[in-house]
Amino acid sequence: MVIFKKNGSLVYPCSLLAEGNYKTGIGVYRENNRFFSSFLGYFKKDYNNTLNVVPIKSVYVPVVGDIVIGKIIEIGISSWTVDINSPYNGILQLSETISRPIDLVKTDLREILNIGDIIIAKVIVFDLTRDPLLTIKESKLGRVREGYMLELSKEEKLSERKIKDIEEKFKCSIVVGKNKRLLIIPKKNEKALSAIEYIIKNIERGRFK
Amino acid sequence: MKFIDENGFRKDGRKCDELRPTRISAGVLPNANGSALIEQGGNRIIVAVYGPREIHPRHLARPDRALLRCRYHMAPFSVPERKSPAPSRREIELSKVIREALEPAIFLEEYPRTTIDIFIEVLQADGGTRVASITAASVALAEAGIPMKDLVTAVAIGKINGTIVLDLNHEEDQYGGGDMPIAMMPILNKITLIQADGLFTYDEIKYGLELAKKGIDKLYKIQREALRKIVEVTK
Repeated sequence: MVIFKKNGSLVYPCSLLAEGNYKTGIGVYRENNRFFSSFLGYFKKDYNNTLNVVPIKSVYVPVVGDIVIGKIIEIGISSWTVDINSPYNGILQLSETISRPIDLVKTDLREILNIGDIIIAKVIVFDLTRDPLLTIKESKLGRVREGYMLELSKEEKLSERKIKDIEEKFKCSIVVGKNKRLLIIPKKNEKALSAIEYIIKNIERGRFK
Repeated sequence: MKFIDENGFRKDGRKCDELRPTRISAGVLPNANGSALIEQGGNRIIVAVYGPREIHPRHLARPDRALLRCRYHMAPFSVPERKSPAPSRREIELSKVIREALEPAIFLEEYPRTTIDIFIEVLQADGGTRVASITAASVALAEAGIPMKDLVTAVAIGKINGTIVLDLNHEEDQYGGGDMPIAMMPILNKITLIQADGLFTYDEIKYGLELAKKGIDKLYKIQREALRKIVEVTK
């Protein structure tokens, strides 16, 4: 059991990470007993001997249970297509929006959710063979009436404490989607705008790491 | 025509086993997910990588893996005589060849039903554009955060005046006795592309592959350096 890279060091595709009895995590592949990186990123070893590489950039692939921030882009007969900042579009079925029965002939789906609406949703089914199914039938999910959506381009993770600080400082509430989107819901308009400015500035400086 | 003088120097002052001065910069296009610019001798090639992203038209999607699409294109001003911007027979073929050279290095099965698009624009051509494109494309792919087995690095060897030389320029390519583009995954030591034009003996090929490996190792260092730099910039 040998590890060739330090925790947090920069690795390239095919950098030899370790040799021996380890587990492969994200961004690692094995050949016989040797473990290689498959990303350009940072090496990270978990305490249970799992090897990971955190890529410097990556696309969002949905995972069941994730809270995501989506935008309605298409209305179907009894479902909506949701852009969730991923190569796979989310599907929101009518039965996952409201509990009461709905007559499809009489109701216009646009009255429930229209194109361009922003929603906070949860991934309930996904296995790569079909597009992920979403739900908004839980507390804290649903259409967002007011707020600003930010897309994070980098692989930055905002810590919970940091978010709380910003929420208090700028009097707003922040929802972090797993799909690298942020939602800033203001209590007073100008304050939310300055929160956005603050976040953008600090992400550029990389202070959220 | 005489390409190598009595002292063993080529017309541009290089030795037989020397590469042209090469520079790669990654992340040159903010709109793309990954990008790279390679300057190898007179070559100037820009590569943009988009994806993994939703595929259009939909019927092209593969249920078990991502589709890799590649477009090699030469700008009308890339050669002394204006080149028609329409894709020529040669460009279509090179697109396929480059795609097949990169395919074995990418874990396409990690993103089923999506596509990864590679756009290669040759701004200035000076021989060996296909190998320079492969070298730059693999940097762009790594920068886009696409999982790869290894980078792919490519170089051409050729025969001029009966001598095997490394990294042909346009003139040597046109009037020399043959060329052989080779692409490899340098750490895994596996060949992903080998073509040949002209006649080579068994010993010439054997020596040529050794020479190519040396050149590829040097280019690989430049690729890594480009990737290291872009990580530092984003930091």
